[in-house]
Amino acid sequence: MTQNIADRGAASEALPRSGAWSRIGAALWRRPWARATLLLTPPLAWFLIIYLAALVVLLITAFWQTNPFTSNLEHIWNLQNFVQVFTTPAYLQDIGRTVGLAAGVTVVDGLVAFPFAYYMARVATRRTRTVLYVAILLPLWASYLAKVYAWQLVFTKDGVLNWSLGKVSLGPLNLINTNWAVFIAFCYIWLPYMAIPVYAALDRIPASMIEASQDLGGRTWRTTRSVILPLALPGIVAGSIFTFSLTLGDYITPQLLGGTNSVFIGSVAYTSFLSNNVPLGAAMAMVPIAIMIVYLLGARALGAFREL
Amino acid sequence: MESAGVKVALRIWVALVLLFLFVPILLIVVYAFDPATVESWPIKGFTLHWFNVAWHDPEVRDAFLLSVKVGLLATGIALVLGSAVAYALYQFSFFGRDAISFLLVLPIALPGIVTGLALNSFFTFASVQLSLWTIVVGHATFCIVMVFNNLIARLRRTPGSLAEASMDLGARGWQTQLYVTLPSVITALISGALLAFALSFDEVVVTVFTSGAQNTLPIWIFGQLRLGQKLPEVNAVVSIVILLTIVPVLLAARIAGAGAVTRTARAAAVQDGGRK
Repeated sequence: MTQNIADRGAASEALPRSGAWSRIGAALWRRPWARATLLLTPPLAWFLIIYLAALVVLLITAFWQTNPFTSNLEHIWNLQNFVQVFTTPAYLQDIGRTVGLAAGVTVVDGLVAFPFAYYMARVATRRTRTVLYVAILLPLWASYLAKVYAWQLVFTKDGVLNWSLGKVSLGPLNLINTNWAVFIAFCYIWLPYMAIPVYAALDRIPASMIEASQDLGGRTWRTTRSVILPLALPGIVAGSIFTFSLTLGDYITPQLLGGTNSVFIGSVAYTSFLSNNVPLGAAMAMVPIAIMIVYLLGARALGAFREL
Repeated sequence: MESAGVKVALRIWVALVLLFLFVPILLIVVYAFDPATVESWPIKGFTLHWFNVAWHDPEVRDAFLLSVKVGLLATGIALVLGSAVAYALYQFSFFGRDAISFLLVLPIALPGIVTGLALNSFFTFASVQLSLWTIVVGHATFCIVMVFNNLIARLRRTPGSLAEASMDLGARGWQTQLYVTLPSVITALISGALLAFALSFDEVVVTVFTSGAQNTLPIWIFGQLRLGQKLPEVNAVVSIVILLTIVPVLLAARIAGAGAVTRTARAAAVQDGGRK
């Protein structure tokens, strides 16, 4: 079709026209590659010169080190930062804690989002569906810091949670400054990122497939397990990419809600940045990158990208 | 196929999820009207005092103005660069096309700490002083994809026959672009711009690494939360920020349809990159 337009465009060049701009326009119109280059050069230059270069600098920085006395960056190539990250027991624990947390958040969000999305896609009336869709979109866009801070207000000693527990005569539960607070807040913040792709996947399942399953004698549970779940899997995997990746690299939520034990990959990288040891932070930042690459390749092998 | 029991269970579940989604956010708004200086539940009365305090706080004003400035500049850059890529990828297919759409998503698909630390190392490496412009550069980099996603989705839905008809009727290239293509995609451009602005206005994870001495509004809020200072004022500011981020999103949803404002449209771009 594109080619078709170009041909007709070329034909219209036969019309008489004048002026330098027209000639430039005509010249460009006859040379699609020139137009493509003109369009693509600025954005690609931006991404290559700024973003990719930044990632490369980050990678290189991970092989440099900071002079412990002068705090200056020294361009001496070595593997010390990586050795430090992978041999210090505390750092290994932090990595384990982060991955465990990210996995936990992903599983909980999947379990919470699936029935919600299922109701939206297959039970709700059209009107309710629209309302629910907006209801899930609004928290998605509401300020990130607000969402973290909200949980501070819930969990704090004189907060809503303890007040409510007091009303039903249950003891105070001091969740603030614990990993539980961090965990719940993460589940909360990333929930819409899971719910939307799962809903999109469920919405696309043709009703005829479910009817076929029922005609063949499949009960609710059997149909869910053998028909709906496999067809919704790409959506679940797509959602999990967000819940997992976003949890892996966050340092603000642990800082605001967590305690002394709430040290995660992001926190280590952020602390090294604050203490002028960017090379160590850079080496630490390679960990979530590596994990996400493996994760994305795995998701791709599952056919998640192709199916979506 | 769902039995009555299953339906009831699903309804209860949906109601619980909605409570879970909205109660914490609304809590901040409620606290913003609390006259007490130390937050404890239930609130002690009703006052607009903290909104007044926030309004007259020069730090908040400066931070707010900086955020607006950064948001507008980043959105402007994102509009130009994002629509250029969208047009190019829509009109031409060439080797590496999918790699480009994948590249555009990277800044928001990779954990924020990676993008932030990378940009910071880069600015240090290139001896660039952190300033308003380094913040703008960071924000524009991840705002481009918002414009791109919205525009390319619209271009793909717009029938090519319209442009063909225009040219058959003798319109020149630029006339077709201006009078036929642009009007059919303008709402997508506006909604992309609104989303880019909302994303920039709210961003904190990357901004921490790209702002020097200046505070954007989220950075100011983060600072107060970290130190546990001025919390009643923070309640008022955050309530306004929630409003200010949600309004552009609702507008965008109205203009271009709710489907356009899912941040998970990122996923679509990722899978486009992986598909072919």
